[in-house]
Amino acid sequence: MREKIEELLVELIRKAEINLPKDVFYALKKAYEKENSKLAKAQLKLMIENVKLAEELKIPICQDTGIINFFIKLGKEFKNSFNIKEIIFKAVRKATEEIPLRPSIVHPFTRINSNDNTGRFIPYIYLEQVEGDFMEVTVFPKGAGSENLSILKMFNPNDSLEDIKNFILEASAERIGKACPPGRIGIGIGGTADLAQLLSKKALLRPIGKRHEDFEIAKLENELINLINKLEVGPMGLGGKTSILDVGIEYASCHTASLPIGISFQCWVDRRASLKIYSNGKVEEE
Amino acid sequence: MKIQTETPLSIDFIKKLSIKDEVYLTGEIITIRDMASARAVEYKLKSKSIPAKLNEAVIYHCGPIVKKVNEEWKVVAAGPTTSTRMENLTPQLIKLFKIRMIIGKGGMGLATTEALKKHGGVYCAFTGGAGVAAAKMIKKIVKVEWLDLGIPEALWIFKVEDFGPLIVAIDSKGNNLYEEVKMKVNKKLKELKK
Repeated sequence: MREKIEELLVELIRKAEINLPKDVFYALKKAYEKENSKLAKAQLKLMIENVKLAEELKIPICQDTGIINFFIKLGKEFKNSFNIKEIIFKAVRKATEEIPLRPSIVHPFTRINSNDNTGRFIPYIYLEQVEGDFMEVTVFPKGAGSENLSILKMFNPNDSLEDIKNFILEASAERIGKACPPGRIGIGIGGTADLAQLLSKKALLRPIGKRHEDFEIAKLENELINLINKLEVGPMGLGGKTSILDVGIEYASCHTASLPIGISFQCWVDRRASLKIYSNGKVEEE
Repeated sequence: MKIQTETPLSIDFIKKLSIKDEVYLTGEIITIRDMASARAVEYKLKSKSIPAKLNEAVIYHCGPIVKKVNEEWKVVAAGPTTSTRMENLTPQLIKLFKIRMIIGKGGMGLATTEALKKHGGVYCAFTGGAGVAAAKMIKKIVKVEWLDLGIPEALWIFKVEDFGPLIVAIDSKGNNLYEEVKMKVNKKLKELKK
């Protein structure tokens, strides 16, 4: 099982880095059809060509193969006797050499590159226990260009929804252009400072177009998609109709005295891949 | 306007370029990022030798994926990185080396715009994330220097062919396409905020 999982994870990383999810690809194609400025169309055209080339040549879509985040749902009944962290670190090292990925992980003070995309606490693993007889792994590589634009604001509980919307709009106007648009933004509302930021990342894991199950939140997502696109930041920030492909919101309860809002920006190379492994060895890919 | 050109780039050619022009470049370009920018400035000021011809060069904000095949480096993917990270050192880099063209993504600030105007250079945007398409237009790695800085931060000297579209986003007359977009976006923002 140990070796099998390691191999599956190497392949999952490969898939995430090379094959853009279909929902993202279609959203880019739709954006291309919608744009009428020459400049915006030229940017989207090269993006679409690049996705096709990556798939054909089996090469990572972008040279920034990112920090590889792992989101794991561990089923209560899933039988395992392995150290998942050890397997993930091995898989990342192997993927870095085999695919190859760009070694992008350095020590924060010395800036010395580990050359294998691992380091202290990295890749980070978000582990959650769920019901069931499986382990679900989502690989979420994220480039630094978009990650560097993340922002958190601790609101006053008395601040209105309009205040929050204005903050999201301001942050979008200021930041989206540098996040290799059109990608999407994830918003985490509530929880604590760290949880709001984590939720903003989780909001980026849904397929494009999938709305939050809560109708009011879904409505807010739709409203923000329209508002942000009206800013006309455009593909690569050069102006145009498409500034984002989607907005996702996740929320958590919070302390009566606080209201954190976290925003994560994602570039158009909006990569993710998941699989489910069952105790009997059966594997399901998304 | 679509323009095909070859390195080295003359100052006369640079001065004719305007924002929104679409350039396709053939010749040599040098990758440079945070760490190599700092070292290049330091070495130049100390009159230490620099192992790449940065004078009047085309520099590329890029940290590529490379692979060694039979002792030879090959480019796998090589799209642009965020240029603003290099904003603090770039005006000095332009002044010291008379950089003729910077290729990157996301644009650069006022100090760089000023330096490009003063010394005769342009900033061009290449589509971010398009690493595979970029690699296809990089025909050869001429050499690599300062590899001790790590693969992304080293100086990679590429031979490119019809490298583009490169959108002129800051020209030598002081026009900045990103500033134009920013002004429009901020106007929209004002209208949309409640």
